[in-house]
Amino acid sequence: MADYKNEFGFFAERPKVEKKLFDRNKVIAGLVIFIVMITIPLWQNLGKTVAAPAPSLDTPVIKQLAAKDKKCVMPTEWMRANHMQMLVDWRDNVVRTKEQLVTTSRGREFVAPDGKQYLASLTNTCMECHSNKVDFCDKCHNYVAAAPNCWGCHLEKGKKLAEAK
Amino acid sequence: MGIDRREFIRIAGLSTLLGLGGTGAFELLAPGRVEAEIIPALGSLKAKRWVMVINQKELDDNTAQQCAAACHRVHNVPDFLNPPDAKLKLNPAVAHRYQVKWLWTEHFHNAFPGDAPAHMAEKVEHMNFLVLCNHCQNPPCVRVCPTKATFQRDDGIVMMDMHRCIGCRFCMAGCPYGSRSFNWRDPRPYVKENYPGYPTREIGVVEKCTFCAERLAQGLQPACVETSRGAIVFGDLEDEKSEVREYLRKYFTIRRKAHLGTNPQVYYIV
Repeated sequence: MADYKNEFGFFAERPKVEKKLFDRNKVIAGLVIFIVMITIPLWQNLGKTVAAPAPSLDTPVIKQLAAKDKKCVMPTEWMRANHMQMLVDWRDNVVRTKEQLVTTSRGREFVAPDGKQYLASLTNTCMECHSNKVDFCDKCHNYVAAAPNCWGCHLEKGKKLAEAK
Repeated sequence: MGIDRREFIRIAGLSTLLGLGGTGAFELLAPGRVEAEIIPALGSLKAKRWVMVINQKELDDNTAQQCAAACHRVHNVPDFLNPPDAKLKLNPAVAHRYQVKWLWTEHFHNAFPGDAPAHMAEKVEHMNFLVLCNHCQNPPCVRVCPTKATFQRDDGIVMMDMHRCIGCRFCMAGCPYGSRSFNWRDPRPYVKENYPGYPTREIGVVEKCTFCAERLAQGLQPACVETSRGAIVFGDLEDEKSEVREYLRKYFTIRRKAHLGTNPQVYYIV
Protein backbone atom coordinates (compact mmCIF):
# COMPACT_ATOMS: atom_id res chain seq x y z
CA MET A 1 0.00 0.00 0.00
CA ALA A 2 1.30 3.44 -0.90
CA ASP A 3 0.16 6.65 0.73
CA TYR A 4 -3.13 6.76 2.44
CA LYS A 5 -5.42 9.74 2.70
CA ASN A 6 -8.39 11.17 4.39
CA GLU A 7 -10.62 14.13 3.61
CA PHE A 8 -7.83 16.59 4.64
CA GLY A 9 -5.33 15.34 2.11
CA PHE A 10 -2.44 12.95 1.79
CA PHE A 11 -0.32 11.75 4.62
CA ALA A 12 3.09 10.26 4.72
CA GLU A 13 3.54 6.56 4.23
CA ARG A 14 3.02 4.42 7.24
CA PRO A 15 6.27 3.62 8.98
CA LYS A 16 7.39 0.16 8.06
CA VAL A 17 7.66 -2.02 11.13
CA GLU A 18 9.06 -5.44 10.68
CA LYS A 19 6.48 -8.02 11.75
CA LYS A 20 8.34 -10.52 13.77
CA LEU A 21 7.51 -12.84 16.62
CA PHE A 22 10.33 -12.62 19.06
CA ASP A 23 11.45 -15.83 20.75
CA ARG A 24 9.29 -17.70 18.32
CA ASN A 25 10.29 -21.18 19.43
CA LYS A 26 9.85 -20.51 23.11
CA VAL A 27 6.45 -18.89 22.64
CA ILE A 28 5.10 -21.70 20.50
CA ALA A 29 6.47 -24.35 22.84
CA GLY A 30 4.86 -22.54 25.76
CA LEU A 31 1.53 -22.35 23.97
CA VAL A 32 1.62 -26.04 23.16
CA ILE A 33 2.39 -26.90 26.79
CA PHE A 34 -0.42 -24.62 27.98
CA ILE A 35 -2.99 -26.18 25.66
CA VAL A 36 -1.95 -29.70 26.61
CA MET A 37 -2.15 -28.81 30.29
CA ILE A 38 -5.66 -27.41 30.20
CA THR A 39 -6.95 -30.27 28.08
CA ILE A 40 -5.41 -33.00 30.25
CA PRO A 41 -8.82 -34.02 31.69
CA LEU A 42 -10.05 -34.60 28.16
CA TRP A 43 -7.03 -36.75 27.24
CA GLN A 44 -7.22 -38.71 30.43
CA ASN A 45 -10.86 -39.64 29.90
CA LEU A 46 -10.58 -40.20 26.15
CA GLY A 47 -12.10 -43.50 25.16
CA LYS A 48 -13.21 -44.30 28.71
CA THR A 49 -16.88 -44.73 29.55
CA VAL A 50 -18.24 -43.95 32.99
CA ALA A 51 -20.77 -46.57 34.01
CA ALA A 52 -24.33 -45.30 34.43
CA PRO A 53 -25.25 -45.03 38.10
CA ALA A 54 -27.11 -47.99 39.57
CA PRO A 55 -28.95 -46.78 42.65
CA SER A 56 -29.32 -49.59 45.13
CA LEU A 57 -32.72 -50.73 46.36
CA ASP A 58 -31.16 -53.04 48.90
CA THR A 59 -32.52 -51.74 52.19
CA PRO A 60 -34.12 -53.66 55.05
CA VAL A 61 -37.50 -51.97 54.61
CA ILE A 62 -37.69 -52.61 50.87
CA LYS A 63 -36.62 -56.25 51.39
CA GLN A 64 -39.48 -56.79 53.81
CA LEU A 65 -42.10 -55.51 51.40
CA ALA A 66 -44.23 -58.09 49.64
CA ALA A 67 -43.59 -58.37 45.91
CA LYS A 68 -46.79 -56.61 44.98
CA ASP A 69 -46.08 -53.72 47.33
CA LYS A 70 -42.57 -53.28 46.02
CA LYS A 71 -43.21 -50.02 44.24
CA CYS A 72 -42.63 -46.36 44.78
CA VAL A 73 -45.39 -43.80 45.31
CA MET A 74 -45.33 -43.20 41.57
CA PRO A 75 -44.05 -45.36 38.67
CA THR A 76 -40.27 -45.69 38.59
CA GLU A 77 -39.85 -44.02 35.21
CA TRP A 78 -41.94 -41.06 36.31
CA MET A 79 -40.04 -40.77 39.58
CA ARG A 80 -36.72 -40.82 37.77
CA ALA A 81 -37.73 -37.79 35.74
CA ASN A 82 -39.96 -35.90 38.16
CA HIS A 83 -39.10 -36.74 41.76
CA MET A 84 -37.59 -33.31 42.33
CA GLN A 85 -40.74 -31.58 41.15
CA MET A 86 -42.84 -33.88 43.31
CA LEU A 87 -40.76 -33.08 46.38
CA VAL A 88 -41.13 -29.37 45.69
CA ASP A 89 -44.88 -29.93 45.47
CA TRP A 90 -44.94 -31.83 48.73
CA ARG A 91 -42.93 -29.08 50.35
CA ASP A 92 -45.28 -26.34 49.16
CA ASN A 93 -48.34 -28.34 50.15
CA VAL A 94 -47.11 -29.18 53.59
CA VAL A 95 -45.60 -25.83 54.51
CA ARG A 96 -47.73 -23.42 52.54
CA THR A 97 -50.83 -25.59 51.97
CA LYS A 98 -51.31 -24.82 48.33
CA GLU A 99 -52.75 -27.08 45.68
CA GLN A 100 -50.18 -27.78 43.01
CA LEU A 101 -50.76 -29.20 39.59
CA VAL A 102 -48.17 -31.85 38.91
CA THR A 103 -49.24 -34.47 41.42
CA THR A 104 -52.32 -35.12 43.44
CA SER A 105 -50.69 -34.20 46.73
CA ARG A 106 -53.23 -32.65 49.07
CA GLY A 107 -52.04 -31.04 52.26
CA ARG A 108 -49.98 -33.59 54.12
CA GLU A 109 -51.31 -36.66 52.39
CA PHE A 110 -50.26 -37.84 48.99
CA VAL A 111 -52.62 -40.00 46.99
CA ALA A 112 -50.82 -42.32 44.60
CA PRO A 113 -52.42 -43.23 41.25
CA ASP A 114 -53.48 -46.59 42.71
CA GLY A 115 -55.38 -44.78 45.47
CA LYS A 116 -52.95 -45.57 48.27
CA GLN A 117 -52.28 -42.68 50.65
CA TYR A 118 -48.88 -41.64 51.88
CA LEU A 119 -47.65 -38.98 54.26
CA ALA A 120 -45.98 -36.30 52.13
CA SER A 121 -42.61 -36.27 53.86
CA LEU A 122 -39.07 -36.69 52.62
CA THR A 123 -37.63 -38.01 55.87
CA ASN A 124 -40.63 -40.02 57.01
CA THR A 125 -41.82 -41.48 53.72
CA CYS A 126 -39.03 -41.46 51.12
CA MET A 127 -36.13 -42.11 53.47
CA GLU A 128 -38.15 -44.71 55.34
CA CYS A 129 -37.73 -47.11 52.41
CA HIS A 130 -34.65 -45.57 50.83
CA SER A 131 -32.66 -45.43 54.02
CA ASN A 132 -29.44 -45.80 52.03
CA LYS A 133 -28.86 -42.21 50.95
CA VAL A 134 -25.25 -42.84 49.92
CA ASP A 135 -26.15 -45.77 47.65
CA PHE A 136 -29.44 -44.38 46.38
CA CYS A 137 -29.74 -40.59 46.26
CA ASP A 138 -26.08 -39.72 46.01
CA LYS A 139 -25.38 -42.22 43.23
CA CYS A 140 -27.26 -40.29 40.55
CA HIS A 141 -26.80 -36.86 42.08
CA ASN A 142 -23.04 -37.28 41.97
CA TYR A 143 -23.19 -38.66 38.43
CA VAL A 144 -25.01 -35.61 37.11
CA ALA A 145 -23.20 -33.23 39.50
CA ALA A 146 -26.44 -32.16 41.14
CA ALA A 147 -26.11 -30.92 44.71
CA PRO A 148 -29.58 -30.71 46.25
CA ASN A 149 -29.52 -29.07 49.68
CA CYS A 150 -32.35 -31.16 51.19
CA TRP A 151 -30.15 -32.82 53.79
CA GLY A 152 -28.88 -29.58 55.24
CA CYS A 153 -32.03 -29.64 57.35
CA HIS A 154 -33.93 -32.88 56.69
CA LEU A 155 -32.65 -35.85 58.56
CA GLU A 156 -31.41 -38.79 56.55
CA LYS A 157 -32.81 -41.47 58.75
CA GLY A 158 -36.44 -41.21 59.66
CA LYS A 159 -38.56 -43.37 61.86
CA LYS A 160 -42.28 -43.46 61.57
CA LEU A 161 -43.74 -40.52 63.45
CA ALA A 162 -45.79 -42.87 65.58
CA GLU A 163 -42.66 -44.53 66.93
CA ALA A 164 -41.10 -41.20 67.80
CA LYS A 165 -44.00 -40.11 69.93
CA MET B 1 -80.09 -11.45 6.65
CA GLY B 2 -80.60 -10.74 10.33
CA ILE B 3 -82.98 -12.37 12.74
CA ASP B 4 -86.37 -11.01 13.62
CA ARG B 5 -87.41 -9.93 17.07
CA ARG B 6 -89.26 -13.16 17.87
CA GLU B 7 -86.20 -15.27 16.99
CA PHE B 8 -83.87 -13.01 19.00
CA ILE B 9 -86.00 -13.22 22.15
CA ARG B 10 -86.27 -16.98 21.79
CA ILE B 11 -82.47 -17.45 21.56
CA ALA B 12 -81.80 -14.98 24.37
CA GLY B 13 -84.30 -16.70 26.64
CA LEU B 14 -82.92 -20.16 25.96
CA SER B 15 -79.35 -18.95 26.57
CA THR B 16 -80.36 -17.43 29.90
CA LEU B 17 -82.05 -20.66 30.96
CA LEU B 18 -78.98 -22.69 30.00
CA GLY B 19 -76.73 -20.26 31.85
CA LEU B 20 -78.79 -20.46 35.01
CA GLY B 21 -78.81 -24.23 34.93
CA GLY B 22 -75.09 -24.39 34.06
CA THR B 23 -73.43 -25.39 37.31
CA GLY B 24 -76.42 -27.47 38.28
CA ALA B 25 -76.20 -29.32 34.99
CA PHE B 26 -72.52 -30.02 35.57
CA GLU B 27 -73.29 -31.36 39.03
CA LEU B 28 -76.00 -33.61 37.59
CA LEU B 29 -73.89 -34.94 34.74
CA ALA B 30 -70.52 -35.20 36.52
CA PRO B 31 -70.90 -35.11 40.28
CA GLY B 32 -67.85 -34.60 42.46
CA ARG B 33 -65.08 -32.09 42.54
CA VAL B 34 -65.47 -29.24 40.09
CA GLU B 35 -62.83 -26.96 41.55
CA ALA B 36 -59.47 -27.75 43.11
CA GLU B 37 -59.69 -27.89 46.86
CA ILE B 38 -57.41 -28.67 49.76
CA ILE B 39 -58.37 -31.72 51.74
CA PRO B 40 -56.45 -31.81 55.00
CA ALA B 41 -55.30 -35.17 56.25
CA LEU B 42 -57.83 -37.06 58.30
CA GLY B 43 -57.55 -36.57 62.02
CA SER B 44 -55.83 -33.20 61.88
CA LEU B 45 -56.89 -30.46 64.27
CA LYS B 46 -58.49 -27.48 62.59
CA ALA B 47 -59.59 -24.10 63.84
CA LYS B 48 -60.59 -20.71 62.56
CA ARG B 49 -58.21 -18.96 64.96
CA TRP B 50 -55.72 -20.81 67.13
CA VAL B 51 -54.96 -19.11 70.41
CA MET B 52 -53.15 -20.09 73.59
CA VAL B 53 -54.06 -19.27 77.17
CA ILE B 54 -51.29 -19.71 79.73
CA ASN B 55 -52.52 -20.02 83.27
CA GLN B 56 -49.56 -18.70 85.24
CA LYS B 57 -51.31 -19.49 88.51
CA GLU B 58 -51.16 -23.19 87.73
CA LEU B 59 -47.78 -23.20 86.05
CA ASP B 60 -44.89 -23.86 88.42
CA ASP B 61 -41.30 -23.11 87.38
CA ASN B 62 -40.40 -26.74 87.04
CA THR B 63 -43.25 -27.44 84.63
CA ALA B 64 -42.39 -24.32 82.65
CA GLN B 65 -38.84 -25.59 82.16
CA GLN B 66 -40.19 -28.99 81.16
CA CYS B 67 -42.48 -27.37 78.59
CA ALA B 68 -39.55 -25.49 77.08
CA ALA B 69 -37.44 -28.64 77.05
CA ALA B 70 -40.20 -30.68 75.40
CA CYS B 71 -40.72 -28.01 72.75
CA HIS B 72 -37.01 -27.79 72.00
CA ARG B 73 -36.69 -31.56 71.87
CA VAL B 74 -39.45 -32.21 69.33
CA HIS B 75 -38.26 -29.36 67.12
CA ASN B 76 -34.56 -30.17 67.18
CA VAL B 77 -33.71 -26.78 68.67
CA PRO B 78 -29.96 -26.51 69.29
CA ASP B 79 -28.65 -25.78 72.77
CA PHE B 80 -25.58 -23.59 72.50
CA LEU B 81 -25.32 -23.00 76.24
CA ASN B 82 -25.03 -26.69 77.13
CA PRO B 83 -23.68 -28.44 74.04
CA PRO B 84 -23.94 -32.23 73.98
CA ASP B 85 -20.19 -32.55 73.46
CA ALA B 86 -17.58 -30.81 75.65
CA LYS B 87 -15.53 -30.09 72.53
CA LEU B 88 -18.31 -27.88 71.19
CA LYS B 89 -18.29 -25.65 74.26
CA LEU B 90 -18.50 -21.98 73.30
CA ASN B 91 -17.42 -18.81 75.02
CA PRO B 92 -20.40 -18.06 77.31
CA ALA B 93 -20.91 -14.56 75.90
CA VAL B 94 -20.93 -15.90 72.35
CA ALA B 95 -23.16 -18.83 73.26
CA HIS B 96 -25.62 -16.44 74.84
CA ARG B 97 -25.85 -14.43 71.64
CA TYR B 98 -26.20 -17.56 69.51
CA GLN B 99 -29.03 -18.96 71.62
CA VAL B 100 -32.06 -20.26 69.74
CA LYS B 101 -35.29 -19.97 71.70
CA TRP B 102 -38.79 -21.09 70.80
CA LEU B 103 -40.24 -21.22 74.29
CA TRP B 104 -38.55 -19.79 77.36
CA THR B 105 -39.26 -17.91 80.59
CA GLU B 106 -39.01 -14.23 81.48
CA HIS B 107 -39.83 -12.16 84.53
CA PHE B 108 -42.74 -9.74 84.48
CA HIS B 109 -40.64 -6.63 83.82
CA ASN B 110 -39.12 -8.28 80.73
CA ALA B 111 -42.23 -10.01 79.46
CA PHE B 112 -44.50 -7.00 80.01
CA PRO B 113 -42.15 -3.99 79.94
CA GLY B 114 -43.81 -0.72 80.89
CA ASP B 115 -46.81 -2.48 82.39
CA ALA B 116 -45.24 -2.96 85.81
CA PRO B 117 -46.28 -0.46 88.47
CA ALA B 118 -43.65 0.73 90.93
CA HIS B 119 -44.99 -1.57 93.61
CA MET B 120 -46.56 -4.74 92.37
CA ALA B 121 -47.51 -8.06 93.87
CA GLU B 122 -44.27 -9.82 94.74
CA LYS B 123 -45.57 -13.13 93.56
CA VAL B 124 -46.23 -11.77 90.08
CA GLU B 125 -43.03 -9.75 89.99
CA HIS B 126 -40.91 -12.87 90.44
CA MET B 127 -43.13 -15.16 88.42
CA ASN B 128 -41.51 -16.98 85.51
CA PHE B 129 -43.71 -16.20 82.54
CA LEU B 130 -43.61 -18.71 79.73
CA VAL B 131 -43.06 -16.68 76.57
CA LEU B 132 -43.19 -17.69 72.93
CA CYS B 133 -44.24 -16.36 69.55
CA ASN B 134 -47.58 -14.60 70.07
CA HIS B 135 -48.93 -15.51 66.62
CA CYS B 136 -50.21 -11.95 66.31
CA GLN B 137 -53.32 -11.20 64.37
CA ASN B 138 -51.38 -8.30 62.86
CA PRO B 139 -47.87 -9.70 62.69
CA PRO B 140 -45.11 -7.16 61.97
CA CYS B 141 -42.69 -9.95 61.03
CA VAL B 142 -44.92 -10.97 58.14
CA ARG B 143 -45.15 -7.39 56.93
CA VAL B 144 -41.40 -6.92 56.76
CA CYS B 145 -40.41 -10.31 55.32
CA PRO B 146 -39.11 -9.62 51.80
CA THR B 147 -39.52 -13.21 50.58
CA LYS B 148 -42.78 -14.17 52.27
CA ALA B 149 -40.85 -16.85 54.10
CA THR B 150 -42.92 -16.02 57.13
CA PHE B 151 -46.63 -15.77 56.51
CA GLN B 152 -49.94 -15.96 58.28
CA ARG B 153 -52.06 -19.04 57.71
CA ASP B 154 -55.82 -18.89 57.52
CA ASP B 155 -56.05 -20.36 61.01
CA GLY B 156 -53.94 -17.51 62.38
CA ILE B 157 -50.68 -19.38 62.81
CA VAL B 158 -47.69 -17.25 61.83
CA MET B 159 -45.72 -19.85 59.95
CA MET B 160 -42.10 -20.06 58.84
CA ASP B 161 -41.07 -21.52 55.50
CA MET B 162 -37.41 -22.29 56.10
CA HIS B 163 -36.96 -23.06 52.40
CA ARG B 164 -37.57 -19.44 51.55
CA CYS B 165 -35.80 -17.68 54.40
CA ILE B 166 -32.78 -15.72 53.19
CA GLY B 167 -31.68 -14.78 56.70
CA CYS B 168 -32.06 -11.01 56.33
CA ARG B 169 -33.37 -10.78 59.93
CA PHE B 170 -35.89 -8.03 59.16
CA CYS B 171 -38.47 -10.13 61.01
CA MET B 172 -36.27 -10.19 64.10
CA ALA B 173 -36.11 -6.40 63.99
CA GLY B 174 -39.87 -6.27 63.42
CA CYS B 175 -40.89 -8.63 66.22
CA PRO B 176 -41.42 -6.69 69.46
CA TYR B 177 -41.29 -9.88 71.55
CA GLY B 178 -37.85 -11.25 70.64
CA SER B 179 -39.57 -14.46 69.64
CA ARG B 180 -37.30 -15.08 66.68
CA SER B 181 -33.82 -16.54 66.69
CA PHE B 182 -31.19 -16.51 64.00
CA ASN B 183 -28.96 -19.48 63.28
CA TRP B 184 -25.56 -17.86 63.54
CA ARG B 185 -23.83 -21.20 63.08
CA ASP B 186 -24.65 -24.74 62.01
CA PRO B 187 -27.15 -25.92 64.63
CA ARG B 188 -26.86 -29.66 63.91
CA PRO B 189 -23.96 -30.50 66.22
CA TYR B 190 -25.73 -28.68 69.06
CA VAL B 191 -28.95 -30.67 68.80
CA LYS B 192 -28.85 -33.16 71.65
CA GLU B 193 -30.70 -35.99 69.98
CA ASN B 194 -32.19 -35.78 66.53
CA TYR B 195 -35.96 -36.02 66.76
CA PRO B 196 -36.88 -37.89 63.60
CA GLY B 197 -40.28 -36.30 63.06
CA TYR B 198 -38.98 -32.79 62.38
CA PRO B 199 -36.11 -31.33 60.37
CA THR B 200 -33.27 -29.33 61.83
CA ARG B 201 -32.35 -25.92 60.48
CA GLU B 202 -29.35 -24.69 58.55
CA ILE B 203 -26.97 -21.86 59.25
CA GLY B 204 -28.44 -18.52 58.16
CA VAL B 205 -32.19 -18.94 58.70
CA VAL B 206 -34.50 -17.48 61.32
CA GLU B 207 -36.70 -19.79 63.35
CA LYS B 208 -39.47 -19.52 65.92
CA CYS B 209 -42.44 -21.27 67.47
CA THR B 210 -44.99 -22.48 64.92
CA PHE B 211 -47.73 -23.44 67.40
CA CYS B 212 -46.66 -27.00 66.55
CA ALA B 213 -48.32 -26.83 63.12
CA GLU B 214 -46.86 -30.25 62.27
CA ARG B 215 -48.40 -31.78 65.39
CA LEU B 216 -51.81 -30.18 64.77
CA ALA B 217 -51.77 -31.80 61.34
CA GLN B 218 -51.43 -35.16 63.06
CA GLY B 219 -54.22 -34.42 65.48
CA LEU B 220 -51.93 -33.73 68.44
CA GLN B 221 -51.91 -30.78 70.81
CA PRO B 222 -48.75 -28.63 70.86
CA ALA B 223 -45.88 -30.16 72.80
CA CYS B 224 -45.90 -27.50 75.52
CA VAL B 225 -49.65 -27.95 76.09
CA GLU B 226 -49.19 -31.69 76.54
CA THR B 227 -46.36 -31.16 79.02
CA SER B 228 -48.01 -28.36 80.99
CA ARG B 229 -50.33 -30.54 83.14
CA GLY B 230 -53.31 -28.39 82.23
CA ALA B 231 -51.67 -25.03 82.80
CA ILE B 232 -51.69 -24.19 79.09
CA VAL B 233 -54.88 -24.30 77.09
CA PHE B 234 -54.88 -24.26 73.33
CA GLY B 235 -57.93 -23.94 71.10
CA ASP B 236 -60.13 -22.08 68.70
CA LEU B 237 -60.97 -18.49 69.58
CA GLU B 238 -63.88 -18.48 67.13
CA ASP B 239 -65.51 -21.50 68.73
CA GLU B 240 -67.76 -20.32 71.56
CA LYS B 241 -67.67 -23.69 73.28
CA SER B 242 -63.92 -24.12 73.18
CA GLU B 243 -61.89 -24.36 76.36
CA VAL B 244 -59.94 -21.21 75.58
CA ARG B 245 -63.15 -19.20 75.29
CA GLU B 246 -64.28 -20.62 78.59
CA TYR B 247 -61.03 -19.51 80.22
CA LEU B 248 -61.23 -16.07 78.62
CA ARG B 249 -64.80 -15.71 79.95
CA LYS B 250 -63.85 -16.88 83.38
CA TYR B 251 -60.52 -15.15 84.03
CA PHE B 252 -59.03 -11.74 83.46
CA THR B 253 -56.13 -12.12 81.04
CA ILE B 254 -53.27 -9.91 79.92
CA ARG B 255 -51.32 -9.95 76.70
CA ARG B 256 -47.76 -8.89 75.96
CA LYS B 257 -47.37 -5.34 74.60
CA ALA B 258 -50.93 -5.29 73.29
CA HIS B 259 -50.68 -1.48 73.02
CA LEU B 260 -48.38 -1.89 70.02
CA GLY B 261 -51.30 -3.01 67.92
CA THR B 262 -49.97 -6.42 66.94
CA ASN B 263 -52.99 -8.08 68.54
CA PRO B 264 -51.05 -10.93 70.18
CA GLN B 265 -52.92 -14.20 70.60
CA VAL B 266 -51.23 -15.67 73.66
CA TYR B 267 -53.18 -14.78 76.79
CA TYR B 268 -51.82 -14.87 80.34
CA ILE B 269 -53.81 -15.49 83.50
CA VAL B 270 -51.90 -14.01 86.46
